[in-house]
Amino acid sequence: MKKVKTLILRTAGTNCDYETQAAFELCGATAERAHINSLIENKNKIFEYDILAFPGGFSYGDDIASGKILANEIKNKLGDRIKKFALRGKPVIGVCNGFQVLLKMGLLPDPKLFEQISTLYYNDSDKFECRWAYLKTEKKVKNESNCIWTKNLPDVITLPVAHGEGKFIPINAKLLEELNRNNQIVFRYSTKDGGTPEYPLAPNGSVEQIAGICNAQGNVFGLMPHPERYVFALQHPAREGFDGEYGWGKIVFQNAVDFVK
Amino acid sequence: MKNKTNCKIVEILNLSDKELIELSAKNVFSLSLDEMKAAQCYFKKLKRNPTDAEMETIAQTWSEHCKHKTLTGIIEYREEKCSKKIKRTYNNLLKETVFKAAMELNKKWCLSVFKDNAGVIEFDSKNGVAFKVETHNHPSALEPYGGSATGVGGVIRDILGVGLGAKPLANTAAFCFGNPDTKPSQVPKGMHHPKRIAKGVVAGVRDYGNRMGIPTVNGAVYFDDGYMANPLVYCGAMGIIPKDKIEKKVNSGDLILIVGGRTGRDGIHGATFSSIQLNQESDVGSVQIGNPIVEKKVLDAMLKARDLNLYGAVTDCGAGGLSSAIGELGEKTGVIVYLDKVPLKYDGLCPWEIWVSEAQERMVFAVPPKNKKKIVELFKKENVEAVFVGKFTKDKKLTLKYDGGVAASMDMSFLHDGIPKPTRLAVCKIKEEKVQKPVKMNSADLSKALKAVLSDLNVCSKEWIVRQYDHEVQGQTIVKPLHGANIEVSGPGDAAVIFPYTAAKGTKKGVVLSNGLNPQYGKINTYKMAASAIEESLRNAAAVGADVEKMSVLDNFCWGNPNKSEILGSLVRAANACYDMSKAFEIPFISGKDSLHNEYSIGGKKYSIPPALLISAMGIIENAANTVTMPLKNEGNKIFILGVTRNELGGSVLAKIKNIKNGIVPDVYPKESKKIMKMIYKSINNGLIESCHDCSEGGLAVAVSEMAFAGDKGVKVDIDAIKTKGELTVAETLFSESNGRFAVEVRSENESKFKEIFKSCVFAAVGCVTEDKNVIFESVKNKIKVKEKSRNLLNAWRDTINW
Repeated sequence: MKKVKTLILRTAGTNCDYETQAAFELCGATAERAHINSLIENKNKIFEYDILAFPGGFSYGDDIASGKILANEIKNKLGDRIKKFALRGKPVIGVCNGFQVLLKMGLLPDPKLFEQISTLYYNDSDKFECRWAYLKTEKKVKNESNCIWTKNLPDVITLPVAHGEGKFIPINAKLLEELNRNNQIVFRYSTKDGGTPEYPLAPNGSVEQIAGICNAQGNVFGLMPHPERYVFALQHPAREGFDGEYGWGKIVFQNAVDFVK
Repeated sequence: MKNKTNCKIVEILNLSDKELIELSAKNVFSLSLDEMKAAQCYFKKLKRNPTDAEMETIAQTWSEHCKHKTLTGIIEYREEKCSKKIKRTYNNLLKETVFKAAMELNKKWCLSVFKDNAGVIEFDSKNGVAFKVETHNHPSALEPYGGSATGVGGVIRDILGVGLGAKPLANTAAFCFGNPDTKPSQVPKGMHHPKRIAKGVVAGVRDYGNRMGIPTVNGAVYFDDGYMANPLVYCGAMGIIPKDKIEKKVNSGDLILIVGGRTGRDGIHGATFSSIQLNQESDVGSVQIGNPIVEKKVLDAMLKARDLNLYGAVTDCGAGGLSSAIGELGEKTGVIVYLDKVPLKYDGLCPWEIWVSEAQERMVFAVPPKNKKKIVELFKKENVEAVFVGKFTKDKKLTLKYDGGVAASMDMSFLHDGIPKPTRLAVCKIKEEKVQKPVKMNSADLSKALKAVLSDLNVCSKEWIVRQYDHEVQGQTIVKPLHGANIEVSGPGDAAVIFPYTAAKGTKKGVVLSNGLNPQYGKINTYKMAASAIEESLRNAAAVGADVEKMSVLDNFCWGNPNKSEILGSLVRAANACYDMSKAFEIPFISGKDSLHNEYSIGGKKYSIPPALLISAMGIIENAANTVTMPLKNEGNKIFILGVTRNELGGSVLAKIKNIKNGIVPDVYPKESKKIMKMIYKSINNGLIESCHDCSEGGLAVAVSEMAFAGDKGVKVDIDAIKTKGELTVAETLFSESNGRFAVEVRSENESKFKEIFKSCVFAAVGCVTEDKNVIFESVKNKIKVKEKSRNLLNAWRDTINW
């Protein structure tokens, strides 16, 4: 069978690239970590890949605002290619700093528009927080998620979060309404049984507890929690998982790999 | 000497002793009279005065920070104990204690010990793991954020600079601060408030570590007013390195490549300034300025260059800057360096400033000429600046050039071996410890005491700190610093376990990191403090499932002024404890560092810090999945206390809170303790232990309570069943801090197998896990019943530090 090829884009300050690579490899894909300079040098290189991943980290130190510099760099130097990649329906994921980059270049929530219309702002606690969170998977389409990355998940899962700027804010109420209507909200922070949480279970004060969103088509996905840090049960604080061995994060990557196949 | 450079000539040839001392002080050389005279004598032979660059080079190379001259010098030791006197001369205290034990133990799995930037032990057939802990005390006192951040950056570079470079997997951080609740009026003039220092230090560690993408997984925080003006900041890093990259080799003809950050005027005299007492005039310019993203770029690119075999040696620029880094690499060959080629942050630096600046994020490589183009090209692709500044020669000389002139020309042998060996006197009068008057409390007092101990600054939750560190980046932290049965509760982990599945693909093994630190014991007895710290670090590791036979340790001595014989005497005793424990537990020291001169002056009066020895332990776990955490797991399971509870309240948290006079400081019984650790390892590998926690600060009452509230469970303990040595009161039993003890949870069906394994150890079944979420300690014999909701105890533990 054809090997699914993943491109993991990195730059100065990227730091979740190895575990993201390992997660895709665990799901049977190949995954290459490529420096942005090499993509700018060879602009059509991204079309050799099936999946594009923006990993977590502190790109360019998160100077100015988290993810902002890398977002501008990509938009200015590779923008049309990235947009085309997304509009072709290929899977794109941005985790943590990668999510911040996707929002700030505007690939989310609407890659056709390709403009920044939402942001991730400083946590309400005003500090970086590393902790596990309950996430409720929104299942509004035939009792399933609208996003290709989040099919086959239970109603509530846990994933670790680790960020200082994770408070999701849309530009206006209309956008929020659209996101809801188009089933673009993928994960919300919740209590253990799916209820509305308070701090610290709501780790950053996001509008409507939003933890992750996708485009209307469901192939571009950005989230603050780290699925790549929970692909094995061993990585869970209480060693919980499925099939005795794996963590819920693995399903996220498996979904994309299976989708390409 | 031809002098077209910007160097000044330093007149020393005709100076008197008094003038030499003045010159040393004025220029922050921190050199003693003997050392100044050795320099004078050398230049008399050369029939010329030195340049400022030469004197600065000598000062950096001979600094306490780089040379550890106190501990490698001659020490005349006198000990007095109950009118029994001992005399001993140490020619090199470190070589005769910590290092000697490592040599005698001669473990095959020790791959590089006390000779590189970090100690390295074997991980698997292909890889080793390197570990190093450094201190950054004085900079953190002056500029807490910058001081701690560059402390982290510096120790990470030690890992990048070990062998041909290791990939960092985890960081550690331990601190000693003054009381954060100190009234502002009581803070010495010109010093930062301890809370401001604590917050700044944590932020510095957070920002540097998080941006580097290295999880900060283990640490300790200790509060005591003795650290008010001179905090201690220990930063550690661990990394993985292929076995064939552990040795470095510099060849004559190799080119010198500087990679990473540019050189500026920040961090001038960091190395020499660390040997001077702090006061309100201390110069903030000696603190470096960090930029983690520059270092992250260096890390990403240099590991690629390493795997392509593009260089033969690498080291980091730390204390002493280029002078130390290039000086060390070229010690056997000689070097010529063109200082005007060094990339600068801005113009205007004198040659000597370029040479000794401790500007951050710089690494120095020895590159064979054939790889010249390739390596620069590789760094360029990742936007990393890399510039050749000279080469390694054959003449065994240090030659510095600037604008065509000679800025320095000295023999390497003089620089590295010309330092006169000082002789210092060390005295220790050992006071006999006395048992305190029996501590009697009723049930209500015990309840109050339990909450007070849990909320004490040195026991309470450090969650406010730990959660600001990204302790899970890289996805390999499988035993985390905080544990809870669910997300709503938490308790303190004993040790961290890293499962390096991305760095060593297909591995099942884990690396365990833990530490031991208790300066309170050291105020009474530094021998027991050191012994306890070593045992505690091993105990913490054993509690999560480490194999005590595969453990190694690092020493970090932070002491006051070693010129005071009592202070040096207390250090000699601690070093002796290190040797004794290392041998008794068969645990080698693999690296270490000392920071002496932790002294500050207020209004002309000098104060030394309470001595502190941080022991950091690293070990290999065969099967990372066979590890346990501390929260209680299931109702009905049995609770056991392993080890003997002795009447040891000396230096304890209870003694501090209740102002108890006297008390025996906990001693270490290596045989007894090691046996229990081995049996725990066996039990965990046989799946017989559900949860395990070590008993340390606050004693077993604290340990059992933490297990309960972290597990969101209740527990019932029969105090009368606990094995004690001699008669202890209930309070003494619950709060004594005897070493070598663990609380463990065992399923009923495993009880007999568990007991069989421990049959030759002291242990007792003392209670069980209950459903009602109450923590109960009961003694029928003494008519005592302490009953508290576990959630209340959790809150007592959690609420102290919530800044």
